[in-house]
Amino acid sequence: MSEDLIQRVTKVIAASKRIPLETVTIDSEFVQLGIDSMDAVEILFALEGEFDISIPDDEVRSVRNVRDMCAGVERLVTAKSADAPAGQ
Amino acid sequence: MRRVAITGAGAICALGRNTTEFAESLREGRGGIGQIESTGVASLRFQNGAEVRNYSHQPYFEDRRADFMDRFAQFAVIAAREAVEDAGVAWTPELRETSAIITGSCVGGQSTEDVGFVELYQKGHNRVHPLTIPKTMANAGASHISMEFGITGPAFTISTACSSAAHAIGQAFQMVATGTSDLAITGGSEAPFSLGILKAWEAMRVVSPETCRPFSKDRRGMILGEGAAMFVLEPLDAARARGARIHAELVGFGMSADACHITQPSIDGAARAMRAALKSARLAPEQIGYINAHGTATLANDLTETAAIRQVFGAHADRLAISSTKSMHGHALGAAAALECLAAVIALRDGVLPPTANYTVPDPDCDLDVIPNVARRQQVEYALSNSFAFGGLNAVLVLKVA
Repeated sequence: MSEDLIQRVTKVIAASKRIPLETVTIDSEFVQLGIDSMDAVEILFALEGEFDISIPDDEVRSVRNVRDMCAGVERLVTAKSADAPAGQ
Repeated sequence: MRRVAITGAGAICALGRNTTEFAESLREGRGGIGQIESTGVASLRFQNGAEVRNYSHQPYFEDRRADFMDRFAQFAVIAAREAVEDAGVAWTPELRETSAIITGSCVGGQSTEDVGFVELYQKGHNRVHPLTIPKTMANAGASHISMEFGITGPAFTISTACSSAAHAIGQAFQMVATGTSDLAITGGSEAPFSLGILKAWEAMRVVSPETCRPFSKDRRGMILGEGAAMFVLEPLDAARARGARIHAELVGFGMSADACHITQPSIDGAARAMRAALKSARLAPEQIGYINAHGTATLANDLTETAAIRQVFGAHADRLAISSTKSMHGHALGAAAALECLAAVIALRDGVLPPTANYTVPDPDCDLDVIPNVARRQQVEYALSNSFAFGGLNAVLVLKVA
């Protein structure tokens, strides 16, 4: 997982939940950060905008921490660039 | 306080155009969920809804009258007409002046508003249709019912998201019980199938990509529905005196607020509403035989509602029959509680409990008798109809066999 991707995801989480960036790390669990299901839905919405991806409902059902969220975003970003025509 | 009878009922929804078709579908466990046709769904993550198929205003309203009515208001009047005819109301000037109309709606005519905003924002037109406001207002259903029958008494609309119609019916029940009105038309109506509204639901990630499976382990969320159900309420003694057919008696109404979270349900809030309803009806938990559950088929609702029922009913919870008819008519938001109250009324009247359709895999966190897939011939004396809304506003109705 790239450091850049982790930074962008943690930044989105901190901005969306309105908590200091330094409280969000790759090892944070949502429950530690006080992120409930509605917060999570808002974060997913912000991540879709940040990475220009569409996150399916089934992808997110079991995500409970920042690491899984980063991994999910990476998977979707990779799939998107694989779909894009060569040279773009 | 006067006892309150339900002497008329009307409905239009995915399960049928009248209460007879509605009752048949419930008895057969036949759902009305399918691909959404009212609007394009290619850009949505879900494709299915519970719509009134091939609906046109034409058998119900002249073109010029329909111009003034959003689909949700048309549904309100269609259901009210059936209810009034069913009750055999003999209108007098006095009755028209004292009758009440209390309707529920969550989104009102937002589909009309959506069309107007497409004109403005997408098509670049610098104006919207002049009837956008009167068609959009959530009280349009109540207003059109009042004009339909010339009713000039108290009339208003309650909007408490998915509890709207339960709060409306409960309010009408109290007005008839206390003598404020000698007749009330009450229920709910909704028509939320426009792209803007569906996109907002998609963003919440609570809508199922397939069907609605309440209390089933593999449930994946709710399915949106539309329609209306309306009732005529009268004092029981007056209804008996005029020889009216009594579908069921409304005997209690309980409300609560979770004061907790804007979307997450609360076990205690739901339990408080059920307890308040039992107290209002002066019933012990053991006297209830059937609950028409809120049962949205979201992960959170069904396990919260199960825990709340266990908290209120204790050991009796295992002897209760419970079902979610949203599995068949979908979640009709502000009309949901009216359709579900009607399902409970029919269960008491006909002695057949409607099933929870699309049930596949038992969930240990939802371990109640949910009448899986097949209706059950069983006569119960008392039934609850549960509604637990976004915003944590809960309403529970108590019904008694006539």
